[in-house]
Amino acid sequence: METILSIKNLHKKYKYVHAVNNVSFDIQKGNVYGILGPNGSGKSTTLGIVLNVVNKTSGDFEWFSGKLTTSEALKKVGAIIERPNFYPYMTAVQNLQLVCKIKGIGFEKVDEKLALVGLLERKDSHFRTFSLGMKQRLAIASALLNDPEILILDEPTNGLDPQGIHQIRDIIKVIAAKGTTILLASHLLDEVEKVCSHVVVLQKGIILYSGRVDAMSSGEGFLEIDSADRKALKSALSDHPGIGNITEEDGKITAVLTQAVGASDINRYLFEKGITVSHLVKRKTSLEEQFLNLTEKSKK
Amino acid sequence: MKRLISIELQKLWQSRASRVLIIIYFSLLFFMALLGAINIDFGNIKLGVKDLGILNFPIIWHITAYLASWFKLFLAIVIISMIANEYSYGTLKQNLIDGLTKKEFIASKGFTVLLLSGTSTLFVFVITLVLGYSFSSFTETSIVFSRMEYLPAYFLKLAGFYSICLFAGILVKRSAFALGAIFVWWIIEKLMTLALWFIFHSGDKIDAFSRFFPLESMSNLIDEPFTKIGIVRSAGQAMGVPKFADPGVSFLSMFIVLCWIVIFVLSSYRLLQKRDL
Repeated sequence: METILSIKNLHKKYKYVHAVNNVSFDIQKGNVYGILGPNGSGKSTTLGIVLNVVNKTSGDFEWFSGKLTTSEALKKVGAIIERPNFYPYMTAVQNLQLVCKIKGIGFEKVDEKLALVGLLERKDSHFRTFSLGMKQRLAIASALLNDPEILILDEPTNGLDPQGIHQIRDIIKVIAAKGTTILLASHLLDEVEKVCSHVVVLQKGIILYSGRVDAMSSGEGFLEIDSADRKALKSALSDHPGIGNITEEDGKITAVLTQAVGASDINRYLFEKGITVSHLVKRKTSLEEQFLNLTEKSKK
Repeated sequence: MKRLISIELQKLWQSRASRVLIIIYFSLLFFMALLGAINIDFGNIKLGVKDLGILNFPIIWHITAYLASWFKLFLAIVIISMIANEYSYGTLKQNLIDGLTKKEFIASKGFTVLLLSGTSTLFVFVITLVLGYSFSSFTETSIVFSRMEYLPAYFLKLAGFYSICLFAGILVKRSAFALGAIFVWWIIEKLMTLALWFIFHSGDKIDAFSRFFPLESMSNLIDEPFTKIGIVRSAGQAMGVPKFADPGVSFLSMFIVLCWIVIFVLSSYRLLQKRDL
């Protein structure tokens, strides 16, 4: 498999903060990666270093197995960071043409990419007249101009309204479906969960987890269950061999599974015991819970 | 290099503020050409600018270069804001992410400085020729193209001043504060000259030091031309002032300014390289 980006033992120390602490991971072609972490966990700093805007303290990173210099490699990369940065006095088209000049490519794709993000009608409007959602979409169009090997998105939905968030996610899905490698930094877990196949979890600059999203937790999931007679339900559940910890929270009973048991097996088991359930859902542990588990563990 | 200049010119020309300032600047240079047409009428006495002899070759090279350099502030504002805006729009960061190197970024700004200085010099050259051929008493080729060292001096003076602007823009990141910083530096140079006065009590020794200060070295390139004008000279002699000196452009001054240009451009690059954006 082709390695697009390889980061090894990267450190970034600011005066008072060790923002990136021994971070190493590889980005393989064709996967969608998420960098997950709370605000200030070092996501943007890590991306800033590989994107040539932040100087590393120590460690190494390599684009395309070191075949290209960083700025040569960046011409094959599409990246947007935090907020869309363009010249407010230029129109959408003029801004994109400038990016083409920087990347050393022709202007042919400008209209195509504007159409992809739904800005073709506004192509001659000045950037300063755009809403934040439109600015962010223009940023994505700009990042796609060179049909990049990898698209890097840092908090692409930050500050957008629900409609804007939805539009951006749809665009990301379209791009991912075309087989473009994506690296998405976010503190929004469901965002990463929805689009990413691999995840790197960062906290205070340290990697807590790096690997496939579905391998992050080996648990069997849990049940959300309710019945008119909760007492009987609880005692019945605790007798079941495949069920571990049982908690009652927010008017719902949550039972953690210790074996691979289906929802229908549980339903039959309870019915045989004379309990009818009013609510029964089997769920995999969400990324959010796994994430909280990981960050909790690291605090201890 | 073509790519860098094309990038930079697009940034400059599509900004209305810069475009207006550049147009005003070159118009002002152009209007300098109308200087020769000024005629003052005092009843019976008709006094025209051309009668002062300042439009004669070769002194006109000195006069126009000197006057034109007063307008340099217009382009200084353009250059400072073109750099400060890159910071405030966040486009410096985006340019680098898009694949521009920090070296190319400084180079593109540096080329623009050279381009603007070069165009100004060409402008002054053409205007002076037109003005001179229209009003000069001497139009022999050998006289017309003599004492032209004021043109390269003018070029260096602009390029030097704009390199300071480039550096100040990168250092301070805000247009107004960068201009302020240059003004403060100017005051510091004056204070240092004053301090030298208390040490040496001699104009010559002060000059020996102060000519190395960046702003001072640039202003030394083109001395005021008025003591060269015939009328002023004869008036001076009548009042007992011995012959005014005509030092021309000193090669040392040109060399010093050249050094400052290199120093300011390289320091801008160093500064940008060390910074996290």
